[in-house]
Amino acid sequence: MTAAAVTTAQEAAQATGAGATTSPGQSVLAPTSEAGLAEAVRDASGPLRPMGGGTRNIGRPVAAQILSVAGVSGIVRHDPGALTLVARAGTPLEEIEATLASAGQRLPFEPLDHRALLATEGVPTIGGVVATNASGPRRVQAGACRDSLIGVRFVDGAGRIVKNGGRVMKNVTGYDLVKLMAGSFGTLGVLTEVSFKVLPAPDARATLSISGLSEPQAIDALSEALGSPYDVTGAAHRSGGANGSDGRTLVRIEGLAASVAYRAERLVAELGRFGPVELLDDRDASDAIWRDIRDVREFAGRDGDVWRLSVRPSEAAALAAHLGDLPRLFDWGGGLIWVLATPGTDLRAQLGSFRGHATLVRADVETRERLPVFQPEPGPLAALATRLRASFDPRAVLNPGLMTAPGPAGT
Amino acid sequence: MQMPAPDATVLARRETIVTRLSEVLPAEAVISDLAETRAFECDALTAYRCPPLAVALPSTTQEVAAVLKICHEERVPVVPRGSGTSLAGGALPTADSVVLGVSKMTDVLEVNTADRIIRVQAGRTNLSVTGAVEGEDFFYAPDPSSQLACAIAGNIGMNSGGAHCLKYGVTTNNLLGVTMVMMDGTVVEIGGAHLDAPGLDLLGVICGSEGQLGVVTEATLRILRKPEGARPVLMGFDTAEVAGACVADIIEAGVLPVAIEFMDRPCIRVSEDFAHAGYPDCEALLIVEVEGSRAEIDEQIGLIRQLSQRHNPVAFRESASDAESALIWKGRKAAFGAIGRISDYMCLDGTIPVSELPMVLRRIGELSDEYGLDVANVFHAGDGNLHPLILFDANKEGDLEICEELGAEILKLCVEAGGCLTGEHGVGVEKRDLMQTQFAPEDLEAQLTVKDAFDPRWLLNPAKVFPLSVSATRREQAA
Repeated sequence: MTAAAVTTAQEAAQATGAGATTSPGQSVLAPTSEAGLAEAVRDASGPLRPMGGGTRNIGRPVAAQILSVAGVSGIVRHDPGALTLVARAGTPLEEIEATLASAGQRLPFEPLDHRALLATEGVPTIGGVVATNASGPRRVQAGACRDSLIGVRFVDGAGRIVKNGGRVMKNVTGYDLVKLMAGSFGTLGVLTEVSFKVLPAPDARATLSISGLSEPQAIDALSEALGSPYDVTGAAHRSGGANGSDGRTLVRIEGLAASVAYRAERLVAELGRFGPVELLDDRDASDAIWRDIRDVREFAGRDGDVWRLSVRPSEAAALAAHLGDLPRLFDWGGGLIWVLATPGTDLRAQLGSFRGHATLVRADVETRERLPVFQPEPGPLAALATRLRASFDPRAVLNPGLMTAPGPAGT
Repeated sequence: MQMPAPDATVLARRETIVTRLSEVLPAEAVISDLAETRAFECDALTAYRCPPLAVALPSTTQEVAAVLKICHEERVPVVPRGSGTSLAGGALPTADSVVLGVSKMTDVLEVNTADRIIRVQAGRTNLSVTGAVEGEDFFYAPDPSSQLACAIAGNIGMNSGGAHCLKYGVTTNNLLGVTMVMMDGTVVEIGGAHLDAPGLDLLGVICGSEGQLGVVTEATLRILRKPEGARPVLMGFDTAEVAGACVADIIEAGVLPVAIEFMDRPCIRVSEDFAHAGYPDCEALLIVEVEGSRAEIDEQIGLIRQLSQRHNPVAFRESASDAESALIWKGRKAAFGAIGRISDYMCLDGTIPVSELPMVLRRIGELSDEYGLDVANVFHAGDGNLHPLILFDANKEGDLEICEELGAEILKLCVEAGGCLTGEHGVGVEKRDLMQTQFAPEDLEAQLTVKDAFDPRWLLNPAKVFPLSVSATRREQAA
C-alpha cells in the first residue's frame, strides 16, 4: 500500500464527481502531495485514470483505477505585478478565478466549464482545465490555455517527477513540454502543478449583435470584425432554427470604458452593412451571453451526441451545409463548430474529408468505444504520438487508449 | 566549449555523400568546396566556427526530403539553418555534418485575411512576412531584433520573441501549422489554418526545439490587423528599483502596453552618444508603448503618467508625432550597435520574474565589479527578459574566458531568482553546458525522450541544447 489515502469509489465519486468508468467497490487513490502521487503511479499494477474534479469525462472509456489529484491543491504563488500565477493541479478553478479577480486579473483564455454540457457534477480543477486545454471564446484574441500556460510539474508514467517551463512568460530553455502536456488528457503524465501568464481583467465589456444572418453571412461578418483593428475578444454565431431566421451573430469587445465605447461605435458602423446592429453595453448581460457560448449551454440537457469541429473559418459555412438540420453553434469566428448530432452516428463519415478535425465530446460509452473520439491522424503522426506515449508512459498505465482510435493500435 | 569528435567514417565517405546530394539537387545547390563552405562555418555567435562537410540549399520540400533521406541512410548529421542569425550557436556545424539551409525557400504560398493567416516557405525573413500583408493593413506580430534578416525557420526553431510579445506573444503563440520533414525524409503536415490540435500538441513541442526534431519547410502563421496607431512614452528614474516598481504599477493597474523596454545608465549613455535621441541623464530609462486610436492612446498614456508620478520620474516625455516616436525608439534600437562600436560584447538572454528585477540588477552590478568587466543592461521589462551586455576586449588574452564566466554567473543568478537561462535566443551551444543548473536529471530525461521519438538516430542538429555528457549514451547507441 502506498502513502496515498484510499477511499471507496462512492466516497470518491461524491468528492470528485467521478464519471461512469468506476465500478462499485473499486478503490480510489487520493494522494495529498506530489510525492504521494508519484508513489501511487510507481506502485500501480494496472491502468490509472488521473482525475481532478471529474467534470470532463471526455475520451474513449478507460477501465482503470481512479487516481484523484484533488488532494494536491492550493495556490502556490500569485505575483500580480509579474502577471503570473502558480497553483497545484487539484486547485479548484473557482479558487483561482477568485484570487485573480481580487487583484483585478483573470485567466486570459476563458476556460469552459463542461458540467452542464456533459451532465457532470463536481468541482472543476485547474489541472483538468490544462489536461483538456479547455479554452473559451477569447481563444481568438488571447490564445488557448496552452498559450497562457508557462510551466508544469507532472508525474510521468514511470512515476518520475518532471518539471518544464517555469513562472516567467519568455522561456525557450530546452524543449517546450508545457505545450505538449496541455491537452494530453492525462495520457503523458499526471499534472501536479501549473503556472500561467495572467492578464488584467478589463472594467468594461460590450456585445454587438446582428439578427437573422445566414451562416455564410454570419461568418463573413465575424471575419470582418476579427480583421478590424478593434481588438475583438469574442466572435460567435448561434444558428437558431432550421432556416436561421432567429439566429444571432455576436461580437464582443473589452477594455477601458472609453475605449470600449469608441470601438463599439466603430464596429456598429462597419458591421451595419450586414444588418441592424444592436449594442449591449451592460457588462453583466454581456458576460452572461458569453458564459453560455463558452459552456455550450444550448446543448445542455438535450438529447444527442456533441461533436466539436475545428476548421478554417472561411470553410466553416460550406462544411456546416453538410450538417443538414443538426443544431450547431459557431465560435472562434467560425473556426470552432459545436454540433448536436444524432446519437451513435459517425459525423466524420457524414462530413467527408475537410481541413481540420472533429472530436466526439459527448456520447454514450458504447459510441465512444466504437467511434474514435479524437480525429485519427495520418500514419507518421500517429506513429510519433505512439512513440511519445511510450516514452512518457512506458508501462501504458496512464489513461491507456483514451486518445487513440479503437482497434489493435489503441488497445 | 567542446564539440564531439567528428565521425571518421562519415568524413571518409565525403565524396560519396556529396555525389549523392548532387544527384537530387541542382548543381548550384550543393556546396562542398572548402573555400565556400567556410561561409557557413558559424552563425551570429562568431566565437565558435567549424566548416561543415557540405552545404545543401534546396528549394522545395521534396528536395529537403531527398537530402534528409540520403543523410539518414548515410548516417550523416544535419545542421538545419535559416538565415544564420542565431546568437546561441544554434546553427554551428560540426565537421562531419551537412548544413541544410532553407534560404532559397522564400515564397509566399497563401495570404488569407478572412482567416487571418499567411502560409510561407520557411526561409522567408520575418520582416518580409509582414511585408507580404501590410498592403492589406495586417502584420505578423513576433519581431525579433534581427527581423530584417532572420528566417521564419529559425524563428520556429528558437521560438523567437521580440519587443512586442507582452501583448502579442512569441512565435509559438502565432504559429498555426507546419510542413516538416523528418530525419528519415518523411514529410508530415502538422496543424493548419485551424486553431487547435486533433491529438497531442506536436506543434507546441516542435516550436523551440532548435531544429533537433525535424526540418520545417513551410509554416502557417497568424496575422493580425494593424492597430490604428501606436505611441511611446519615455520616462527616466533615479534608480533601477524605482523604474522596476513603476513597471509593476503599470501592469497591476490593468494597462497592457505592447512593449516596456528598460535601459540602465551605461546603456543610456552609449546609445545617446550614438543616436542622439535626447535621452535624459539618469540611472534607469523606460520606454512604454501603447496602441489604439488617438483617444485610446491618450487614455492609456494619461494613466501611465498618473502612475509614474508616484515614483518621481526625472523625465517624462510623451511623443507627439511619428518623428518623436521614432526618436524615442532610435536609441533603444541602436543600443546593441552602439555598444558594439565601443567594445566587444557578449549578449545574455536570461529571464526573471519581473518582481525580482531590483535584486537581480543589484547582483549583476556586484558581479560586474567582482569580475572587473562592465555590464550594460537593456531589456524587455514587461516580461522580465534581460539582455545584459558584458563588455570585454577580444584582443586581450583571457578576457573572453572571464566574460564567459561572468555570463554563466549571471545566468545562474537568473535561474536562482526563479527565472531561466534563455528567454528568446535559445540554448544552442552557448548555454548547453548550463542546462543542469536549471534542470534536474529527470527533467532533461523527459526532453531527451522527445528527441528519441522524433530522431531516433540523433542526427539532427548535433551537440546543441543538451550537455554532451547527458546525451552521450544515446549518441553512442544511435551510432
